[in-house]
Amino acid sequence: MSTPVPFLLGLADDALVTAQRLGWWISRAPELEEDVALANIGLDQLGQARGLYAVVAELEGAGRTEDDLAYLRGPAEFRNVLLVERPQEDFAVCVVRMLLLAAWQVEVYAALAAREGPARGVAAKAVKEVAYHLDHAAQWVLRLGDGTPLSHERTRAALEAEWPHLPELLEPDATAPVDPATLREAVLGRVLPVLEQATLTVPPLPAAPPTGGRAGHHTEHLTDLLAQMQQVARAHPGATW
Amino acid sequence: MDRSTTVEPRDPMPEGYRRTLVRQIAQHAHSEIIGMQPEGEWISRAPSLRRKAILMAKVQDEAGHGLYLYAAAETLGTPRADLLEALHAGRQKYSSIFNYPTLTWADVGAIGWLVDGAAIVNQVPLCRCSYGPYARAMVRICKEESFHQRQGFEILHTLARGTAEQRAMAQDAVDRFWWPSLMMFGPPDADSPNTEQSMAWGIKRFTNDELRQRFVDIAVPQAEALGLTLPDPELRWDEDRGHWHFGTPDFAELAEVVAGRGPCNADRLAHRVRAHEDGAWVREAAAAHAAKRAAREPAA
Amino acid sequence: MSGGASGGGEWPLWEVFVRARRGMAHVHVGSLHAPDADLALRNARDVYTRRQEGVSLWVVPSAEVVASTPDVRGSFFEPAADKDYRHPTHYTVPDGVQHL
Repeated sequence: MSTPVPFLLGLADDALVTAQRLGWWISRAPELEEDVALANIGLDQLGQARGLYAVVAELEGAGRTEDDLAYLRGPAEFRNVLLVERPQEDFAVCVVRMLLLAAWQVEVYAALAAREGPARGVAAKAVKEVAYHLDHAAQWVLRLGDGTPLSHERTRAALEAEWPHLPELLEPDATAPVDPATLREAVLGRVLPVLEQATLTVPPLPAAPPTGGRAGHHTEHLTDLLAQMQQVARAHPGATW
Repeated sequence: MDRSTTVEPRDPMPEGYRRTLVRQIAQHAHSEIIGMQPEGEWISRAPSLRRKAILMAKVQDEAGHGLYLYAAAETLGTPRADLLEALHAGRQKYSSIFNYPTLTWADVGAIGWLVDGAAIVNQVPLCRCSYGPYARAMVRICKEESFHQRQGFEILHTLARGTAEQRAMAQDAVDRFWWPSLMMFGPPDADSPNTEQSMAWGIKRFTNDELRQRFVDIAVPQAEALGLTLPDPELRWDEDRGHWHFGTPDFAELAEVVAGRGPCNADRLAHRVRAHEDGAWVREAAAAHAAKRAAREPAA
Repeated sequence: MSGGASGGGEWPLWEVFVRARRGMAHVHVGSLHAPDADLALRNARDVYTRRQEGVSLWVVPSAEVVASTPDVRGSFFEPAADKDYRHPTHYTVPDGVQHL
């Protein structure tokens, strides 16, 4: 019998890495109101990761905790998509990426919440949160895309950089409780109208879009991210915090 | 001025009162947003997911508190943009405590326990300050901050009962943050020229030295509960006064840090200026989009 | 709308009102900056309801608020002071009369 563990771990890792990236923005956002908004979104993503790690730990039955899963796995054991691990120190990248990720998360969590399964409770809560993230991202993509010539150009460049990473989210996974390939139309149905309203053109996809995250093949950005995230915890093995 | 009445934005007020309020509220707001940095650096490295969530929520609160305070200053006719410009140009100050570095995870605990603890002692009387918008902002801030000090204490309490290394880390953090925390109350009363006027106006309710003493009296038994030592050889219970006697902070050091020569002044300001400048294109884009929409929907 | 002294892009100020629970009125809680009404509402949600303070929000451009000024306090509010017949306590009711 197939187990949903790898899929749920991927979902959890997406959320944790996203929270880690969003944490960077707190004290660096374009306006104080946005510091608060991005922190809210980061906290939601972090909460989703914790909820999913608890489910994974329970299913594994090996006595691992959420912190074991977050702090004691190396990059090759992380299952997040490449989309979320790359740096995002440009506000346009931040909101374009959030649009793509949240559009996907909304569909995944909605599907998980609609069926029996160990992640149903977490998903039912998460779907409301990511709907807000999707809205926040859409609001900003619209304003930046249809703002000034400079903001349009920066958002176009951000879309060009992020768009090739969308296919990895939609790769088929027959063992997953929700096969991401079946979500393709729904996800595009959420993203494309926003891009159109924002006067942005959908960039072409490369012949072979980047992939590998779900199998543990990452960029060096994840190594750096985890080195920082795990630094204190790993320097004190067995310690309580 | 009548000390028993609350002053509201449109009321006539002495120019000196208005100026003092703007200066104090702005400095307070700046302290909140610069104060995001030393702790914000540890969001990415928090050693457990629970601690990461707590710290994120705390630094977020600081952004919110800065926001409430800028709004209070705005009721006096000084827009947030002007105050930020004054901060960025070095014309207005923020609390010197944030010019000390956070070197280890235990510093996050020490900031919560000592720095937020000192801030609370300073802030609680401000909830009864004579200027309505400032007092109301402080009520909200004090309510929200009640978890900040506790989480710091809890961090140190856990470290003090952890491994030898964790315990040493906690003690080191307390050693470094104790004296700067005492300096948060400002210079001694004898050297605080504005105190008397601020008290007459009901902006301040207690003197610097009164508040400093109150903080020490609160902190000493808490340090005992933590099992950590406060780095002051003069510390002893003064039976006659009914207060803890403590040594004199190095006010020369405080003057240096206030003058911009602390360990992190340049970094903190550069971080803040860079965030503001990097965000300019976003703020402009949103304003431009709003103008386009307003033009498209005439007289909705 | 978006004008500002130091380089443009400054967002206008909005006043925020929160309904804490169903059945209660919206109450002024503070203000914030936002470029437009849609973001003002969202910013209000993020800034003023992150501790479950509300179930409904209003945002109003601060510039649209029409307020009385302190110098009309006398003519606006003092004339109401001597009209205590508007209050039920003004009236004497014989002992034992109920539901009045």
